Amino acid sequence: MLVHSRGGRWTAWTVFFLLFLPVFALPFLVVLMASFATNWSGAFPSHPTLTHYQDITKGDSLNALTTSLWTALAASVLALVVGGWAALAAERLRGRQRRLLDTLFMLPVAVPSVVVGLSLLVAFSKPPLLLNGTREIVILAHTVLVTAFAYQSVSAALVRLDPAYEQSAASLGARPAYVLWRIRVPLLLPSLTAAAGLCFALSMGELSATMMLYPPDWLPLPVQIYGATNRGSLFTGAALAVVLMVTTLIVLLGMGRIRTRASYR
Amino acid sequence: MSTPRRSTVTEKDTPAVGETPATAGGPADAAPGAGSAASAKAAEPDAAPGTGTTAAPTSTPAAAAAPAAVSAGADVAHRPGTAAVPAGVAAGPDRPGGIRFDRVTVAYDGQTVLDGLDLTVGGGEVMALLGPSGSGKTTALRAVAGFVRPAAGRVLIGGRDVTDLPPYKRGIGMVVQQYALFPHLRVDQNVAFGLKAQKVPRAEIPGRVAEALEMTGMTGYARRHPRELSGGQQQRVAIARALAIRPGVLLLDEPLSALDAQLRSGMLAELARLHRELPDVSILYVTHDQIEALTLADRIAVLDKARLQDCGTPHDLYRHPRTAFTASFVGNANLLTVRAAGSGTVRLADATLRVTPYGDGGGNGDGPGEGAEATLCVRPHALRLTGPHQTPKESNMLRGTVTDVQWRGHTHRLLVAAHGHELRADVGDLRQPPRPGDGIALTFDAEDAVLLPAGLAAGGAGVG
Repeated sequence: MLVHSRGGRWTAWTVFFLLFLPVFALPFLVVLMASFATNWSGAFPSHPTLTHYQDITKGDSLNALTTSLWTALAASVLALVVGGWAALAAERLRGRQRRLLDTLFMLPVAVPSVVVGLSLLVAFSKPPLLLNGTREIVILAHTVLVTAFAYQSVSAALVRLDPAYEQSAASLGARPAYVLWRIRVPLLLPSLTAAAGLCFALSMGELSATMMLYPPDWLPLPVQIYGATNRGSLFTGAALAVVLMVTTLIVLLGMGRIRTRASYR
Repeated sequence: MSTPRRSTVTEKDTPAVGETPATAGGPADAAPGAGSAASAKAAEPDAAPGTGTTAAPTSTPAAAAAPAAVSAGADVAHRPGTAAVPAGVAAGPDRPGGIRFDRVTVAYDGQTVLDGLDLTVGGGEVMALLGPSGSGKTTALRAVAGFVRPAAGRVLIGGRDVTDLPPYKRGIGMVVQQYALFPHLRVDQNVAFGLKAQKVPRAEIPGRVAEALEMTGMTGYARRHPRELSGGQQQRVAIARALAIRPGVLLLDEPLSALDAQLRSGMLAELARLHRELPDVSILYVTHDQIEALTLADRIAVLDKARLQDCGTPHDLYRHPRTAFTASFVGNANLLTVRAAGSGTVRLADATLRVTPYGDGGGNGDGPGEGAEATLCVRPHALRLTGPHQTPKESNMLRGTVTDVQWRGHTHRLLVAAHGHELRADVGDLRQPPRPGDGIALTFDAEDAVLLPAGLAAGGAGVG
């Protein structure tokens, strides 16, 4: 804490509670409260109930949850492989080629995700690549959207990786592939898991591109939340949102544990 | 972006050099006199100036055609045996482990960082590359390891041309400044890494790991992780890791610079012991510390400004530097501009000094012509303090005024303004040191001063 005077510290905390808490924390609290409500007309919701959660366990909401989990898992693994590989390859590039590759991988982030969804829909609606109406196109869209983050975090980690490690390994007679698997990937592991977590979280919450693409038998949770609130079942939607939030947090915390165990310095 | 890295020496020269019998072949190219030097073990390289080889040992047409190679040869001090195998080491370049730089030039983005290096490290020899930062010494080591590609010239290890081989095919052990121990592996796994990578039979690995750890005194730490070790211990593990693969060549890149002074002298003794235990391993030792080089090396190659300035045994370089740069970098000598006054004397302003003309065996043994400008090198500890009014007959005397006195424990360093120069003099711990402003006289013996032609002195930068 850089603020030393007592008054200054109080001011800092006050600003924090007044500005940040309402914007960052309170909305989640509201969703949490709404998920237990039957009615919300006053300042606080009334008639607390668990029916929304009981409904989730009965309907196809559980399916939606597993769909989201599988999509996010597949997309983050694919993104990690593609983005990580690209970042490793890009390390040797310099100048214009490097900038070109960086731009290429940043493109899906720069372009609105609705556009990404639409472009995939248009591109893969005709044979020989007919993916329209399959679950693969949803996974593909998520992969395209999150690969940028995998590419960027692995690139950043590679810059920080001391070349002395791989050079020492090479001088000891290790071929490049051996150096990659035994030295570089283990040293990059903390960044790789961080990237995987980021990709997973982004994919779990992806809605706009998914809306353009999802087939009836592959309906991720965000789409169902949207559907529920659109029908007017706001509190059911809130319960689904809480489930989505909690699941994502649990997965991320699990990955965080791997990360701390894998960091060596 | 790879094209601009090529230096001015055209590519077509490179294969031509490689094809000459000189590079491909045996000891003949290294030193015409090597055979006799090997039998006459005690022969000092500079005892017979006429028969020794010059710094650029080849005279192939390809070499003569390459402008960089010619200039490189001309710039190196003409020390007999510079590129030759030292006396006592038989047929260096062909003994396993020997290293040979054959006019190696390295350039980064058009800037030459190593210019036509010609140097041979004999099998089992410890060669120190000594120079200030930016002198090209680390680049030379990286060229041997294979991490930089020479723009011109060849690198040979044990007589084999490795210039085009990737690092992992070169069979070298390397220890870098920060050790680069793999942080995710235990000490024993670190040491075993090279053996596993080279597919040494599984049953053999534990024995070789134990052997390497024992050699460096790290047996008790096998199960630890690098982060649990001190700097000195990490250093030992790094050496054990490099030695486990039984390399013919060990490259040490400023291995002691990350250690504190006390550990450093201990490790220096340790390295010397290791080399006695492994007499066949050639060691290329990059350092900017003259003490490390003088202590450890069989020979020292002094580099400055991307060029080889001088090369010789530590004693030789210290007693008889061939360039002003060597004199000032190895031993921190005072460089005084003098004029020759005939019959073994020079004049420094109004003082007449007796000197040994141009060292012994360096260049033309005649000394400068009368009136010619030359550089006189006198080391700080060769200067003795006498009273200002004493007039000794034999010794050379410089009179001056003390400008500063620094106490260094075992000596006093005096800065003296004398005859238009600022002299550094290290005199034994004095009970009553002079004070700034005192007039004093300093004397030195003719044998302790080395006279260099002014032309060779030009390359030397003043090193404090």
